[in-house]
Amino acid sequence: MTALLPRRGLAQILALIVILAVDRVVSPQFFDLRLQDGRLFGSLIDVLNRGTPVALLSLGMVLVIATRGIDLSVGAVMAISGAIAASLADSHSLTVVLAAALGAGLICGLWNGFLVAVLGMQPIVATLILMVAGRGIAQLITEGRIVTFSSPDLVWLGNGSILGLPVPVAIALGMLILTGTVVRASALGLLIEATGGNARASELAGVGTRAMILAVYVWCGVCAGLAGVIAAADIMGADANNAGLWLELDAILAVVIGGTSLFGGRFSLVLAVLGALIIQTMNTGILLSGYPPEFNLLVKAVVVLAVLLLQSPKLSGVAGVVTRLRRTKA
Amino acid sequence: MENSPDPAASLLEVRGISKSFGAVRALQEVDFTLRAGEIHALLGENGAGKSTLIKVITGVFPRDAGIVRISGEEVAPRSAKAALQTGIATVYQEVNLLPNLSVAQNLFLDRQPMRFGIVREGEMRRRAKTLLADFGLDIDVSAPLGNYSVAVQHVTAIARAVDLSARVLILDEPTASLDRHEVEILFGIMRQLAKRGIGIVFVSHFLDQVYEISDRITVLRNGRLVGERETASLSRLELIRMMLGRELAETTSARASAGAQKTREVCASFENYGKAGYVAPFNLELRHGEVVGLAGLLGSGRTETARLVFGAERADCGQARVEGTPVRLQSPRDGVRHGFGYCAEERKTDGIVAELTVRENIVLALQAKRGLHRPLSRREQDEIAGRYVKMLDIRPPDPERPVGLLSGGNQQKVLLARWLATTPRLLVLDEPTRGIDVGAHAEIIRLIRELCDDGLALLVISSELDEIVTYSDRVVVLRDRAHVEELAGEDIDVGSILAAIAADGASIAHEGRA
Repeated sequence: MTALLPRRGLAQILALIVILAVDRVVSPQFFDLRLQDGRLFGSLIDVLNRGTPVALLSLGMVLVIATRGIDLSVGAVMAISGAIAASLADSHSLTVVLAAALGAGLICGLWNGFLVAVLGMQPIVATLILMVAGRGIAQLITEGRIVTFSSPDLVWLGNGSILGLPVPVAIALGMLILTGTVVRASALGLLIEATGGNARASELAGVGTRAMILAVYVWCGVCAGLAGVIAAADIMGADANNAGLWLELDAILAVVIGGTSLFGGRFSLVLAVLGALIIQTMNTGILLSGYPPEFNLLVKAVVVLAVLLLQSPKLSGVAGVVTRLRRTKA
Repeated sequence: MENSPDPAASLLEVRGISKSFGAVRALQEVDFTLRAGEIHALLGENGAGKSTLIKVITGVFPRDAGIVRISGEEVAPRSAKAALQTGIATVYQEVNLLPNLSVAQNLFLDRQPMRFGIVREGEMRRRAKTLLADFGLDIDVSAPLGNYSVAVQHVTAIARAVDLSARVLILDEPTASLDRHEVEILFGIMRQLAKRGIGIVFVSHFLDQVYEISDRITVLRNGRLVGERETASLSRLELIRMMLGRELAETTSARASAGAQKTREVCASFENYGKAGYVAPFNLELRHGEVVGLAGLLGSGRTETARLVFGAERADCGQARVEGTPVRLQSPRDGVRHGFGYCAEERKTDGIVAELTVRENIVLALQAKRGLHRPLSRREQDEIAGRYVKMLDIRPPDPERPVGLLSGGNQQKVLLARWLATTPRLLVLDEPTRGIDVGAHAEIIRLIRELCDDGLALLVISSELDEIVTYSDRVVVLRDRAHVEELAGEDIDVGSILAAIAADGASIAHEGRA
């Protein structure tokens, strides 16, 4: 269970504390919490709430990246599932809406997994296909409009509260626990790490590497589907053009900040989610500071660099890159 | 041809070449002489220094000592391109041309006929056509090179080299991926070029082809020159002795155990099992409590046999049986399910998962065999890993250390532990002692015997004939991707293995027995 507990997550926790402290300086009320109508309000809760889509995406993404893959299509999959959820919301029960939206995510994941695991395509190219086509599919579903809905069930999913927590946050927490349990209580975690660490060797040891790869893309699709539903429920509508736009990059960033290497192998679900929170804490801080949001990207880049440097004691990461470059030249 | 080398006729002279990589001495004072108009085979087992020698001659690697002369003139090319300008061209097994460009573009790459800065496509195609016609090739030169067979690509590469006025042509394993007919065509071209006075260096591990085409042979072993001989006066046995470095006098190596005879139960059997272009169909019986050694030269089909037996490669003919029951071995998973284990030759790429711990590496195959839904608890993992770390004396005895940080011998033990943890009935070991230190070497050999005494069936590949003789109850000898001989009991000694490897197609009286 070492990879579930953030034992090696010191750099990430440190980074989060520093950013929180900066946020506190920028906005003195940052840590204020108040209870109103049985729901907590405050900047911290906002961070959790806004961070939910990326946190959900990173739960799937971290598994994909652990197998040495990548999924660029998650933003587009969010748009698809959001469009489906919004279109069905006012005419069907929440169960049907969720089944359809998550089913769509699952099918998208199957498609990606098929391309990568069965046809052997490079993950970055394979998922690029759906990244481009997915948004088109979403626009076909919404017929180019922004579809709004008023179904109270779905609206609750985005704006309601459970035990004081916003529903999206509770869902993300539930998914983290579910994924962690499935991955670490079964042998899945070990076999995924082995596949990502050395697929050839794992295959020869009898590991069904194809099945592993297929499974992580499917799970990534389901997580993206869920993130799409929550994003739609949040704004009570689906905007095929902008839902989940560029979020695949935030999700990848979250995973990398969480210390999982793009070369596959060891992964940590908790740290990936922590990565997503670090990103959101920054976003919120910049918004609160009153600086134009354009600064967001720049600050994000600096913080990412800082976290990555913190992760590599004695800058061994830099040394590693240099030797790797030298080796490829030789 | 003269026996005493005539310096006037020597086209390429290499004298006293040495090359080290760190502490490893890849070449030590190697001499090599190529005459104009001869086909000269350069032979040696893995790690003998053939590729290093070629790369030093062509300037890919800088040399530490020694000189290279072409037609008596000293040269010191700094790159393959510079070597080309001095008249040395190399064609590698993996053709180093651009498959996406047309045949004509490949032939005239870097020197296209130009007029006013524009490539004259028509002119280029016409010249390409004429050039290839010399080599008996009539193909559409405007089609991408990648559309053609490897044979055509080889000929194109050779044609380009010759047209660049190469006087020395180095062919590195040119026939490895060619079929019999294509090899004939290539040999025809080689003879024709030799007649024109070009000197050809032919690197190959197909001895039949070496005898068919070459005039002289130079053998390297462990980075040293073993000798240079006329092909016509060098017997196969003598050649293989030169390559493997065994004196026939020392053939009666002591056998550790004679083992009880023949009454053992068959564990797995393979009948007429094979795959076209991979290994010729073979019959093989593996019995409980018996070690079968696979002997043969590099490229003779040993690893291929091992992969077929384990299921890492699919056979296209024959029948496999486990304990008498017909089975299909389509993937490593099938092999594992039937109780097989396979330690591959390349530990780093095909064996260990470097960043995972010793514990995780040891339980990997067992976990894969049990399936996802039956995970080994951490306590079970600790128990299994601890047991094997102790039993095999894996050092350092820390199951939580990433396996990539262990020495080669200890990594090999971890891989053995991985398979032993699955309680296999058959273990296939491909070069289990390669690249590990002397102490671990002896331990692994002792282990092989012990496992065998415990009733395991073992199939072991090794290039060390002494080693094979020591632990094998039977030895299967391979040559040119076919099983040619099976030795058992008293017949197993280094001499008879060498003789079986060496026997040429014409004089195998005992092949019927095999």
